[in-house]
Amino acid sequence: MSASPTNASPKRRAPTRRLMAPAVLFLLIWMIVPLAMTLYYSLQDYNLMMPDMRGFAGFLSYELLFTDPVFWDALLNTLLLVATCLLITVVAGLALALLFNRTFVGRGIARTLAISPFFVMPVVTGLIWKYMLLDPVYGLFSWVMRSMGFEPIEWLSSYPLLSVVMMISWEWTPFALLILLTGLQSLPEDQLEAVRLDGANRWQEFRHIVLPHLGQVLYVVVMLESIFFLTSFAEIYATTSGGPGTATTNLPYYIYLGAFYQYDIGLSSAAAIGAVVLANICAIFLIRFVAGNLNAGSQR
Amino acid sequence: MAIVELKDVAKRYDSMPGKKGGEHANAVEDFNLITRDGEFVVLVGPSGCGKSTTMRMIAGLEHNTAGEIRINGQDVSAVEPRDRDIAMVFQSYALYPHMSVYHNMAFALELKKTPKDEVKKRVQEAAKILDIEHLLDRKPRALSGGQRQRVALGRALVRQPQVFLMDEPLSNLDARLRVEMRAEITRLHRRLGVTTFYVTHDQTEAMTMGQRIVVMRDGRIQQIDTPYNLYERPLNRFVAGFIGTPSMNFLQADYQGDTLRGEGFSCSLNPHQQAALGDAGQRARCWLGIRPEHLHQADTFTGSGRLEGAVEVIEPLGPVTMAQVRIGETLVTAQLAAHLEVQIGDTLALAFDPDHVHLFDIDSDRTLGLETDPAVSAQATA
Repeated sequence: MSASPTNASPKRRAPTRRLMAPAVLFLLIWMIVPLAMTLYYSLQDYNLMMPDMRGFAGFLSYELLFTDPVFWDALLNTLLLVATCLLITVVAGLALALLFNRTFVGRGIARTLAISPFFVMPVVTGLIWKYMLLDPVYGLFSWVMRSMGFEPIEWLSSYPLLSVVMMISWEWTPFALLILLTGLQSLPEDQLEAVRLDGANRWQEFRHIVLPHLGQVLYVVVMLESIFFLTSFAEIYATTSGGPGTATTNLPYYIYLGAFYQYDIGLSSAAAIGAVVLANICAIFLIRFVAGNLNAGSQR
Repeated sequence: MAIVELKDVAKRYDSMPGKKGGEHANAVEDFNLITRDGEFVVLVGPSGCGKSTTMRMIAGLEHNTAGEIRINGQDVSAVEPRDRDIAMVFQSYALYPHMSVYHNMAFALELKKTPKDEVKKRVQEAAKILDIEHLLDRKPRALSGGQRQRVALGRALVRQPQVFLMDEPLSNLDARLRVEMRAEITRLHRRLGVTTFYVTHDQTEAMTMGQRIVVMRDGRIQQIDTPYNLYERPLNRFVAGFIGTPSMNFLQADYQGDTLRGEGFSCSLNPHQQAALGDAGQRARCWLGIRPEHLHQADTFTGSGRLEGAVEVIEPLGPVTMAQVRIGETLVTAQLAAHLEVQIGDTLALAFDPDHVHLFDIDSDRTLGLETDPAVSAQATA
């Protein structure tokens, strides 16, 4: 949409490097230093319980990590969590955005209410769901089940990962809704009119005009949400604590357990590096996707 | 090809108190028109006159709140836009940004499940007519304004619809391209012979392209006529002022004996004009209208109409020079010879032929004498 940023006038040569230096320096300290330290610790044999017995361990931590079944559980849980939450939030967000893009009485209030879950802090989200909604004794869901004559479900112990997915989706659907709604509102009305005159029905209108228009916005939603879903922690910490067993242990929680329960800095650093690699694999795909689409959508 | 019939069509908006913007309660009132098959009809008027609303009602993008719209005799008021078999060219072109030019043009046919060969043939054909064959693989963003305009036309052409609607299609082009496309659209229409509605606010476009022109103002039709008749026999002062550039000059005049007089001008009337003023109840005052091109320098022209005032503006255009002369409170524009040897501030004497004078009622702005004009009364009954 905006022109490419590289077409500054060629005659005026600003001292580019010097002007860029603060930003680059800041990024170096902010990102490279912690990353390097994590890398360094992942190669150390370093447990806080035995701080004196410290030394170079080579790839021992990685070996332990890859042979630890809990790590693989955590990896699978992370991927499952990210995939299902993405699917639910994007589909529900899109449906709600289409709904809220129509005119109806009280739309302003309805929009505000629909977006409000996003303003709730993750820990609070966890507590609300754990005690007010999912609790088998005095939760809202169990009351509904009982009043319809069913046995209440013990969500957190019977379907722990699904419960976490529900919480995170509840929190993040408004985000998708918000961004997709702004995308919908930037769709020129005359394109819809043109396609209607061209003989399209409602579905074809959505499929051929609305969806392609939302393309870039969808990618932005997917990218940002995957980053946040990869690092979800508070909801799990406040509700299931990674359990029962390893049912809801994702990578961040696994790292947390390694560092603050086993005090094994080496192992959790190695796991953190694993998480960085995973995030980067996601990011590379997404950035390519987004960059390609931004280029395609520019100068529109 | 089709005959489009609009009968007592109206668009009324519910006035919503508290809603921002002073929307006209009635956007269109009493719109009556029957096109001939294959006619090129131009809707023209100042912005907010309801011309676009009228066109959108024909397209089905807006619902008419009263009256009937018929295409080939069938009432389409309740028919969805997609089933009306109408193609529209939008002011903004409304091309689909993510589709190539080819797909933009083929899209409507593909929706109708037209066989691939047929689609290709028709797109190629339209592209050839519009000279955009070399652009078929490009995306709209890689096209210039003029090229986009052609693609928008092509998208409409390919469908071979019953009716073309064009909503100010040239207003985003620069002046030269506009003149070029004007001629091109006219040529296309002659070649295809599809009934076409064309909305514009530019009276030059209307005059050059329209077979019939509908002049609108405040949601009401002022006059429906051929370009020539609109120019020669406007029904009221609004049409007279709207058609023709520069606009017709209007002066308030007093009628005494056989002469119209006012501050700085006088004009003896011909018998027909005298009858018009006499018939209509001995009007003592009326509007005198005279077009700039009918004013001449008094020393080279002998006409009984005289007009004299100080020159305030001189605009040399090359072939002619426009001079604005102060007559009482009005500035009268005169189209004079190129080599005008007059300075600003000089007094300029102008002459005109009374036969070119238009007379309008001082209150209703209606043209006087139409009833007795044989050429017009024949039309009025038609």
